[in-house]
Amino acid sequence: MIPQNFDYATPESLEEAFRLLSDPNAKVLAGGQSLIPMMRLRLAAPETLVDLRGVPGLGGIRLEGRTLRVGAMVTHYELESSPLVRKSCPLLAEAAANIGDVQVRNCGTIGGSLAHADPAADYPASLHALEASVRIASPSGERTVSIADFLVDTFTTALEPGELVVEVSVPVEAEGAGVSYQKCVQPASGFAIVGVAARIVKKDGEIAFARIGVTGLSGNAFRATGVEKLLEGTRGDASDIGRAVAGIGDGVDANNDIHASAAYRQHLARVYAARAIVAAVSRAK
Amino acid sequence: MKKSITVTLNGRKTTHDVEPRLLLIHFLRETAGLTGPHIGCETSICGACTVSVDGKAVKSCTMFAVQADGREVVTIEGLASNGKLHPVQEAFWEQHGLQCGYCTPGMILASKQLLERNPHPTDAEIRHGLEGNLCRCTGYQNIVNAVRSAAGKMGA
Amino acid sequence: MATTTITKTGTLVGKRLKRKEDPRLITGTATYTDDIQLPGMNYASILRSPYAAAKIRGIDISKALEHPGVVAVYTGADVKDVGPVPCGASLPGLRVPHHHILAQDRTYFVGHPVAVVVAADRYIARDALDLVEVDWDPLPAVADPEKAIEAGAPAVHPEWPDNIAFNFHQENGEVDKVFAEAEVVVKQRIISQRLIPCPMETRGVVADYRGGDKTLTIYSSSQIPHLMRNLVAQMLGIADNHLRVVAPEVGGGFGSKLNVYAEEALMGFIAMKTGKPVKWIETRRENFLTTIHGRGHVDYFELAAKKDGTILAMKLKLIQDLGSYHQLLTPAIPTLSVLMMPGIYNFKHIRADIVGVFTNCVPTDAYRGAGRPEATHGIERMVDVLAAELNMDPAEIRLKNFVPNDAFPYATATGLTYDSGNYAAPLHKALEIVDYKSLRAEQKKARAEGRLMGVGISTYGEICAMGPSPATPAGGWESASVRIEPSGKVTVMTGIKPQGQGEETTFSQIVADELGVEMDDVTVLHGDTMVVQYGIGTFGSRATAIGGTALYFALQELKKKVKKFGAMILESDDVSFSGGQCICNRTGRTADLSQIAGASYRAMKLPPDTDPGLVATNFWEPPNFTFPFGAHICVTEVDRDTGAVEIKRYVAVDDCGRIINPMIVEGQVQGGVVQGLGQALYEHGIYDESGQLVTGEFMDYAIPKATMVPWIETDHTVTPSPVNPLGVKGVGEAGTIGASPSIVNSVVDALSPLGVRHLDMPLTPESLWKILEGARA
Repeated sequence: MIPQNFDYATPESLEEAFRLLSDPNAKVLAGGQSLIPMMRLRLAAPETLVDLRGVPGLGGIRLEGRTLRVGAMVTHYELESSPLVRKSCPLLAEAAANIGDVQVRNCGTIGGSLAHADPAADYPASLHALEASVRIASPSGERTVSIADFLVDTFTTALEPGELVVEVSVPVEAEGAGVSYQKCVQPASGFAIVGVAARIVKKDGEIAFARIGVTGLSGNAFRATGVEKLLEGTRGDASDIGRAVAGIGDGVDANNDIHASAAYRQHLARVYAARAIVAAVSRAK
Repeated sequence: MKKSITVTLNGRKTTHDVEPRLLLIHFLRETAGLTGPHIGCETSICGACTVSVDGKAVKSCTMFAVQADGREVVTIEGLASNGKLHPVQEAFWEQHGLQCGYCTPGMILASKQLLERNPHPTDAEIRHGLEGNLCRCTGYQNIVNAVRSAAGKMGA
Repeated sequence: MATTTITKTGTLVGKRLKRKEDPRLITGTATYTDDIQLPGMNYASILRSPYAAAKIRGIDISKALEHPGVVAVYTGADVKDVGPVPCGASLPGLRVPHHHILAQDRTYFVGHPVAVVVAADRYIARDALDLVEVDWDPLPAVADPEKAIEAGAPAVHPEWPDNIAFNFHQENGEVDKVFAEAEVVVKQRIISQRLIPCPMETRGVVADYRGGDKTLTIYSSSQIPHLMRNLVAQMLGIADNHLRVVAPEVGGGFGSKLNVYAEEALMGFIAMKTGKPVKWIETRRENFLTTIHGRGHVDYFELAAKKDGTILAMKLKLIQDLGSYHQLLTPAIPTLSVLMMPGIYNFKHIRADIVGVFTNCVPTDAYRGAGRPEATHGIERMVDVLAAELNMDPAEIRLKNFVPNDAFPYATATGLTYDSGNYAAPLHKALEIVDYKSLRAEQKKARAEGRLMGVGISTYGEICAMGPSPATPAGGWESASVRIEPSGKVTVMTGIKPQGQGEETTFSQIVADELGVEMDDVTVLHGDTMVVQYGIGTFGSRATAIGGTALYFALQELKKKVKKFGAMILESDDVSFSGGQCICNRTGRTADLSQIAGASYRAMKLPPDTDPGLVATNFWEPPNFTFPFGAHICVTEVDRDTGAVEIKRYVAVDDCGRIINPMIVEGQVQGGVVQGLGQALYEHGIYDESGQLVTGEFMDYAIPKATMVPWIETDHTVTPSPVNPLGVKGVGEAGTIGASPSIVNSVVDALSPLGVRHLDMPLTPESLWKILEGARA
């Protein structure tokens, strides 16, 4: 199937990109792995595509103190394979490795994925668990928002017209932390029916710190703070985990589609949360 | 408005004026006249269109030709050298890793990427690496056999 | 599993040889339909109904026509005299709706073609499609076959408000009496859900009309080029010898290309109207919406038996979802289910009633197995239901009921004659491979640990080599012509049309053995009605059993002629032919095939009563179907938490008669099993109540990926068929037919401690989780 016609621009600076994006019918082409299929099905028809691959400063993964800074145009494959990411933020590498397939990971970018805000995307679970922040730039300056503020709803973000995601920041994982991302795969698309990310730090045999992120369950990914609270201070036994995850979907308006009913998704959220926590606990030192 | 692009295609530079919306797969098949990369879907699932761009396996249905400007593209037509099949091609033939052959060029390009990144994959790793390529004929078993066999040959 | 190198041993049949087809396929140089480029070619894009049922109040094509680059736009009014799209099946009282190639004033399913735009390239054609304006009046629709036959359901075709296309009844023996007196009766409703064939290459058509000599060439991704030629010529009102159909490389068919669709005639019409070649390549979305679907059964089975497990009689009420129209064989497919319903079990009392139901969906038709998977799934499930009722072992109950070895040829209750069989052999072999006793012990242990482990058996039979002409709508024979060229090289023209099954290789093996030539000296041609003599095509696991047999007989004829020329050259009346040469049995002098062929064409001298040249043609009519069989065993474990099924082990022991190339046979079984696995676990073509296909893309319809399938262990027993001299039976569909019941039986077995007797496909994790939840409650 054939997309509608459009103009194509390859800005060589952020300023140029902003100028092009001031047109409300312009759209960013980051990795294109969601956008191009939508254009082919004519569900999206931008008049201008602004390809960011030539814009300096949007790539690269840097360590700055205890923060890992990931450029918006960094591909899933770069994240999955980067020794720096695997060492300093293994959860992010694990999330990236779970996205789509090899070809998609070679092209798709973290910035593109976030800006698209698919409710079944893999990153948001981990980014919530990591309490990531998203740096946004616009002609009038920059701002940084938390992942929780960035992801507003299904296919909706905090990006204002003309704004761009330029960087995602995550903390360097604590020494001895255990992390895991567990995903129930929608067999046709490879997206997450439910995906849960867990970060666990133990101290003296007890869970001292827990962060849990959930994707796919509802229209927007979220951090399961209730689960975290119930985990912290326990030894992370099966019964502790079972108690902690029991209410993970409480008050959540669960998605309901041909791939999973709302009730089953709620159940899967509990199962996969438990699996992610068990794996993270076992990996935590 | 058409854009002029220059692509190094299977080792040769080629320059064309293309509509920005021209998909890389259509550029390869219709502008450049190749028949190896195939079209099997429009949702970036099937992988029949897989080619290599700057050494990375991509779905050429999910990339515009203008995005390949200045880059190196290798298709199945560019794998054999001096009349000698690439070890992955050879292994697909020997292990009966294909039946109708429609998915095969993409499957071979994805397998090549897999072995470049992981020269000694387990069967599970092979299957994981081929998740982006659908085959309706073989049940994948002989494809796994082919990739394993190619790994052995390339490592030898 | 290494392939052997090709050597001239004279016994290539039976060897694991690399395929001759592959060099072009692995280098990207094969020519599929979309690879055909013709000078001045236009592209067609088809506007399709977004509604399952709607009136068309009007169509405005003026904007589309004005769009730069658009050559023509046609609507139903332009093509009302073309067609109809043919139904080749006939049943008593069958209602056949007139199937126009473009909708007239009403559409009947989502995807129904309404208008076609012809433009200079496919991008322009697609753009202009958005400019065609249709004034729609949506109507109520019905997509579920059981709802369609309820009173008051929307009528798919207003002229037939009951939505029933046909009723079909078949009966043998004293069914009522046996059921009334039976010690045990078990009943089960079993669904074989709608499936979407999904060959990796979608359909496609290129049409090229040469006005000067009034000849039309149609390139189409087809399994049946000759039948397509006859039928499309009729549709277009042209002579069949003015139409050439070429099926180039075909990227998988699985039955979905055993058909003639609106688009072949539509592209022919456009080429003739515009005087320019035209290409249409189906999008994947169109493939989901408009290419035939498979299965679509709701079956009500009843089995009568003795307490010792002896099966006595079977009843079946079969509700077939036909969709909105009859494609080529649509109404015939469920009748194959009836033929196959007793499976390989020895009982004589059967009754079957089919209700063929119209729905506002795309038509169903032949999909890998075509009627036999549904029947086999039914009988194999019912045998397990009976075994559970009687607390018998599923292997034991099967062994008890198999048609015995001394009963062949065996007349079935449905009027077939099974050619040969040793049904216990593959089951014993499979049981041995899995070490059945230990497996059951392991299961006992697993259950004690609270794990849900299951062992499933299916012992299937099937009807292959379709088929004798009286049983096949368009003729069931096959043809082969063999020509030894002046150089001694051999050219074969076969009426079959492979789509990946590898007959260029297997047929070359047969030729190489018979003529003593190298595999590389043989060229096998197929798929072009101007090159190949009339033939039927590839479907119903017929290509080798019938097409290969026609080839075999043509070769016998040819060898006689070779010997005559050899005798002339060697000036001897005592010659034999072997190893590619004629030998004078007295002097030992030899003449090789190139000498003989050269002499036959040079024709300076001819043997008595012999024509020049070395060509022989055979049209072979098979005396019967063939009946392969086998046993599959599947070991599963169900995840208590999620309901997900893990296949721990899969063993397939098939008996397809004599094997020509084991590598190819194994490939067919592996691929077939995975298609059956797709049905068992993942695939379901779901229409919602308004008739929208909600699994209409690869994003939502899950065909198995490499990560979703287990290792498949294959083995064979060999029971040659007496039906043909090659002893072959056919293997294209066996894997699919055997797989779904073995997997479902395994999962039912896994959940049997919860009281589960039956599960409908696909066995999605959620459907099993609901059962597990119910059991916990």
